[in-house]
Amino acid sequence: MIAIIDYGMGNILSVKNAVSMAGKEARILHTPEGLEDAERIVLPGVGAFPDCMKNLRLKGFIKALEEAVFQRKTPILGICLGMQVMAERSFECGEHSGMGWFEADVVRLNPENSSLRVPQIGWNDVTYRNDSPLFAGLPDRPDFYFVHSYSLKCRDERDVDATCDYGGVVTAALHKENIFATQFHPEKSQDYGLKVLENFLRWRP
Amino acid sequence: MLKRRLIPKLQMKALPSSPFAKMVLVTTIQFRESIVVGDPVSQAKIYEAQAADELIFLDLDAGKYQRKTMTNVVEDAAEQIFMPFTVGGGVKTIEDFHCLLSSGADKVSINTAAVENPKLITEASEIYGSQCVVLSIDYRDNGRNGSVWIRDGKIKTDLDPVQWARQGEELGAGEILLTSIDRDGMRSGLDIETIRRVADSVSIPVIASGGCGLAEHFVEGFQEGRADGVSAGTYFCFKDENPMQTRSQIRNAGIPIRLHK
Repeated sequence: MIAIIDYGMGNILSVKNAVSMAGKEARILHTPEGLEDAERIVLPGVGAFPDCMKNLRLKGFIKALEEAVFQRKTPILGICLGMQVMAERSFECGEHSGMGWFEADVVRLNPENSSLRVPQIGWNDVTYRNDSPLFAGLPDRPDFYFVHSYSLKCRDERDVDATCDYGGVVTAALHKENIFATQFHPEKSQDYGLKVLENFLRWRP
Repeated sequence: MLKRRLIPKLQMKALPSSPFAKMVLVTTIQFRESIVVGDPVSQAKIYEAQAADELIFLDLDAGKYQRKTMTNVVEDAAEQIFMPFTVGGGVKTIEDFHCLLSSGADKVSINTAAVENPKLITEASEIYGSQCVVLSIDYRDNGRNGSVWIRDGKIKTDLDPVQWARQGEELGAGEILLTSIDRDGMRSGLDIETIRRVADSVSIPVIASGGCGLAEHFVEGFQEGRADGVSAGTYFCFKDENPMQTRSQIRNAGIPIRLHK
């Protein structure tokens, strides 16, 4: 069973539909109950960082997720804000702590070219590391759908699997052991996005 | 590099057939005449296969039938297409936002309700994030004296489209959908002047709509109008040409656009 974490934010249904499309049974979890039975976890997220962390904490998800990810080594995929909460801190609406799974900060997009708008909304091509499990079988520089005003800056380059260009280098995907994350929305990125999801669902350590 | 977006617009009306109303796809001319052209979800799947970048679903009969008629379409679409889509038409309350977003919409557009109750823009963007809130602006009288019209182009307001777009951004909108009523369905080209004025005065993305009849019209919208996306209904409904060819023509004009899905 693939657990999709629902903490009251974001378009959970689309993620569920995309996981089903990849041939896996998906279950939406509103509380941590059942997380121990999950073979994989997807952590979606749309909205603002402080609300997201608050909801995760209130529903008791943070401790349960850390047990799954660090003790049972369950593979997890964070999407968009679901990736950003894996950072140490975010500067969205003040300064807030994240789950701290990556040595990273979340900062406002600040494109060098002032004609570029914030949020970044739309399709951007991604440069990925050839050994990244998420992008196996994809052509060079595939386009994915992004919607975000903040981006994650990693202090450890080794954790960054993919980037895109938006008036500067923007983190597009992270990978460390059993933890995966994308800034773009694989569930909204048509064939290439479904392939990324399928690669995550098939990944073996 | 971020690509410019080509966005087919699917406008719907309810076809009253007992016992339930069913939504049918229509195309319109200057917001008046409407012609039935098919089924919204089947057409959405075709657009997805043709590498459309996003879709916009608009319920032109909102309010006349139960909201459920529309959420059924949204749920069906979310199950069958894996691309971003906006839903609008008759959205008045935070409950409407909730209902459409939880049925699978990525963004919700508001038009009349935003004019009558501008606080709705702020409230919705605080709850769901500004990227979910699309301010849809319909206007008439192209040029400097344009004014915003609401209630599906039936009631004139005192608002100027450029100022209203700027105010909408300040209130928390994440994107502007700008539609010229005069050019709707005319296929004679976009209103470049107004599009450019709006695009230059806000820092959020602007989607231009109303008037596309040729691939060149899209190119003008991107190049001269500086639109981030161009949306069209009639163009995609009646063109025998493959939209893939339209995309190639736009790319050949030097505009970054996706060619494959």
